[in-house]
Amino acid sequence: MKILVAVKQVAAVDEDFEFREDGRDVDPDFLIRDLNEWDDFSLEEAVKIKEASAEPVEVVAVSVGPAEADEILRKCLAKGADRAVRIWDDAIEGSDPIAVARVLAAAAGREAPGLLFAGVQSSDQSFASTGIAIAAFLDWPHAAVVSRLTFTPGAATAVFCRELEGGLLQEVEIQCPAVLTIQLGINTPRYASLRSIKQAAAKPIEVLSTADLGLAAGDVGEAGSASRIRRMFVPDRGHAELIEGGAAAQAARLAAIIREFKGGSV
Amino acid sequence: MSGILLVAEQRRGELKAPSLELISAAQPLRRSGDEVSIAVLGSAPAQHVAALSLAGVDEIITVKTAAAEFDPDTFEAALGALIAQRQPDVVLVPHSIDSFGYAAALAVKLRLGFATDVFDIRRIDGDLVATRGGYGQKVSVEVDFPGRSTVLLALRANSFKAPERSGAPRVTEFEAPSIAARSQPRGFVELPASDDVDMTAAEFILTIGRGIGEEANVAQFRELADAIGATLGCSRPIADAGWLPKSRQVGQSGKTASGCKLYIAMGVSGAIQHLAGMKHVSTIVAVNSDAGASIFGVAKYGIVGDVFEVAAELRRQFEGDAA
Repeated sequence: MKILVAVKQVAAVDEDFEFREDGRDVDPDFLIRDLNEWDDFSLEEAVKIKEASAEPVEVVAVSVGPAEADEILRKCLAKGADRAVRIWDDAIEGSDPIAVARVLAAAAGREAPGLLFAGVQSSDQSFASTGIAIAAFLDWPHAAVVSRLTFTPGAATAVFCRELEGGLLQEVEIQCPAVLTIQLGINTPRYASLRSIKQAAAKPIEVLSTADLGLAAGDVGEAGSASRIRRMFVPDRGHAELIEGGAAAQAARLAAIIREFKGGSV
Repeated sequence: MSGILLVAEQRRGELKAPSLELISAAQPLRRSGDEVSIAVLGSAPAQHVAALSLAGVDEIITVKTAAAEFDPDTFEAALGALIAQRQPDVVLVPHSIDSFGYAAALAVKLRLGFATDVFDIRRIDGDLVATRGGYGQKVSVEVDFPGRSTVLLALRANSFKAPERSGAPRVTEFEAPSIAARSQPRGFVELPASDDVDMTAAEFILTIGRGIGEEANVAQFRELADAIGATLGCSRPIADAGWLPKSRQVGQSGKTASGCKLYIAMGVSGAIQHLAGMKHVSTIVAVNSDAGASIFGVAKYGIVGDVFEVAAELRRQFEGDAA
């Protein structure tokens, strides 16, 4: 039995950053990259299932991204993934979550896992769409925002809780193979040991192109996307009145605000 | 392609508030002759007709489904059939836990233009342009949908105001196709109360976030909260780590600080999900070492500085006071 875990290398912007010349993205020089926080939890969930299973389970991490995304795949290998697959060619540049999902679905078709996990959303672009779009391309059962999961490899169904608004959970039973998007807090992701980091560095990462997956040029990039970025800009949003000074002066002003509130005038 | 289709959400017989915000979002998108229709799905959808009879709605479409509660296969089949029949040029849904489960699948199956977490929509030279956040809300991103005759947008809660005036829309019934759903809801689970705090009632809240670093530091903020008379709350990472009970988590999946008047956020970056639970509070004070943290975008007062130093100095200010 196999669990496929879709992972993303996300980017955060530096404190001071500039846009690319065409204004449609941030200049990549100002981006700091890391494994998407949600994906750390979905990988851990897959590894936990593997460790608790009587039958053999293979955990495969898959990512759509250029060579630098190898870094997060090595992280996944160090944290317990058995194999890593990275899919990239230049045609993929400019893909939205729908086009990325089409690529990941093609990879899933090749791997034929019993479960596919994706993070609920990415910390950078926050679409909350890729996992469920993969399910649509595969025509698999799917569910989003899974915060508890009970699954025995080999079983025909999985039982999970969706985390709803306001602290309410909904228990659901789903037919497998299925796509589940995994919520933060479902488990406690492990830290990779120094030894496993070293071992991961020596493991191969399988690299595939869209052609390897039988995809056409029009399936990815802007042509394969359901939206196109026109421009990015820094929002002109409201900003707090800054309380200046050292910590003591700042705390004194904050204390005054609190005392005003207690006096009933806030 | 004409008309605007909205999809309301309900859970356990209660219409969810963001459903009504869609109505206001739709109005500026009307072109001549466009109607705004709002669909509501469920086993007894007619019960929501009164609440949806608002100004700006031309038609309420009641879609009776076998499932009483949200199920992705049911939603995709019913909305897929409805969109195929009506051919609207815009479909608006709330960006919510439920829509996370079906919206992207619907967009794939019907080849719709698609964007989520949208907080602004306009027509520029006839083209629909949606604005959403990027890079953890540090930038805004304008997207359009070339070549797509129908566009599905999931709208961020609290970005549009619900209409106040009532209206008299006509009501149409729509038959949902019968399907064999591949997942079965088995019921709701209420998290047991892990302590007796009621964040929704607290008037003065001190919230701690990831910026407090480690569990051992929680105690000093608990003492500070006691000293200043605030209820101690937290953002998601603190509750997930088990440093404070889930009942103290403020945000979309936690509690809404509905009764709060003064909210002090220490070491909270201000993820959208957290802001959903507190940005309405009239006086928000944010303390964070990162001047670019999004919490400063909603705070009335901001302190850029070390949370521990500010907390220690604040504790000193209240030293003489009775807790």
